[in-house]
Amino acid sequence: MKLIHCKNVTMGYDGHIAVNNISFDLEQGDYLCIVGENGTGKSTLMKGILGLLKPISGQIAFNDIKQNEIGYLPQQTIVQKDFPANVFEVVLSGCLNRRGFLPFYSKKEKARARENIAKLGINELKKKSYRDLSGGQQQRVLLARALCATEKLLLLDEPVTGLDPVMTKELYALISKLNKELGITVIMISHDINSAVQYGNKILHMNIKTGFFGLTKEYLATDICRRMMGGVENA
Amino acid sequence: MPDLLRELFSYAFIIRALVVGTMVALCAALLGISLVLKRYSMIGEGLSHVGFGALALAMTLNMAPLKVSIPIVAVAAFLLLRISESSKIKGDAAIALISSSSLAIGVIIVSLTTGMNTDVCNYMFGSILAMSKSDVYLSVAVSAVVLILYILFYNKIFAVTFDESFAKATGTNAGRYNMLIALLTALTIVIGMRMMGAMLISSLIIFPALTSMRLCRSFKSVVICSALLSVVCFFIGIVISFSFSIPAGASVVAVNLAAFLIFYLTALILKKILEVSA
Repeated sequence: MKLIHCKNVTMGYDGHIAVNNISFDLEQGDYLCIVGENGTGKSTLMKGILGLLKPISGQIAFNDIKQNEIGYLPQQTIVQKDFPANVFEVVLSGCLNRRGFLPFYSKKEKARARENIAKLGINELKKKSYRDLSGGQQQRVLLARALCATEKLLLLDEPVTGLDPVMTKELYALISKLNKELGITVIMISHDINSAVQYGNKILHMNIKTGFFGLTKEYLATDICRRMMGGVENA
Repeated sequence: MPDLLRELFSYAFIIRALVVGTMVALCAALLGISLVLKRYSMIGEGLSHVGFGALALAMTLNMAPLKVSIPIVAVAAFLLLRISESSKIKGDAAIALISSSSLAIGVIIVSLTTGMNTDVCNYMFGSILAMSKSDVYLSVAVSAVVLILYILFYNKIFAVTFDESFAKATGTNAGRYNMLIALLTALTIVIGMRMMGAMLISSLIIFPALTSMRLCRSFKSVVICSALLSVVCFFIGIVISFSFSIPAGASVVAVNLAAFLIFYLTALILKKILEVSA
């Protein structure tokens, strides 16, 4: 069954078109990597999926999932780097969308936060302060928070930025595990084209003029993919 | 010391100052955490200067100071927040512009009417004599509203402070909570301003949060520590202000500075000890 249906989506702001006529469909359990050079509207498209920016034309439709049931892993901000909060507080804040207007968390949400902390193997960090963690640990914490917000769809915006190769590999493996074992649909913006084709089963290549959407194995055969991978120049 | 305290509590104006001040110190400390973490500290400074202009205006028009300044400062809070969020204008520069302009307008109004007298000095640097009986009722009511709203929205305020994009993406109206924080800050500043002084009230917002962040590692502990610290520093500050006849605002800020230095040094020493033992 289709989870997300995007048809001829065009987006922009301040009279400037950022996303031009993009169409794609995702099914439950897909792992989509959005690739492309800087300034081709990857982040803008993600804002559209999250419902933070309305498309100028076209439509983004969801099946069986509400807009506030999406788990999101944004890029880290400077504010967070020295934020005095412990891991449990951060993860628990992912349950906020379940509370509506109710002011405090119930036992159910706290249990959910603990469950996701265990799922990501960060039990021993639970009481630690977020600002004392390494970059890789911080990403795991934010991933646990995102899982508190969703059961179906995870959006990740360049999750491995600033991580060393070992942590990068671990984080990719973890995301892949969530996708395979829990059946969570993943949409990831990535600059890392090699990992994108390794883990993603679908690729959306955004480009100012033409793009690509399709299965990864078809993408590997295209010229734009070969150029991104640095194999053939000017193919 | 007990004699001094007994003497202190025998004056009605001191009791009034303590009641209002404790409430304001509590509100300011809580709101300050979000403002400091979100890099909005300048908003507090800007609002207090706007408040000075509003007070000068109220004095000239012979109107109740709180009734004039609350709406003016609330509108200013709305504008300052918009400016800080807009990427087109450089936020901090625009805030500096607004705050110095309102200070200038206030000073002009004052010089043209009453002249620079002790009242004006009190407005700028604070006085424990500032609170009248009706001010106390209004201040306590407003502070109670601020505290209740803060507790009810605590979890949402945490989420919006920690990560605005995530909060927005999962359906929390981050803009609304930023506005709530700014408006509550405006109210707190207006109430606390005459006792603490327009020049010094913003320290009540910034110091407790910064001080407790030296040592506290979770958000909840920062909140509790800031609240306690703020109230304790305020009380010690008032006692000093009373015993040495110095402006209340100045002595409260000095006590806060001392607390900050103590926490800062303790954090340094703890770090060294941990390094040695590790």
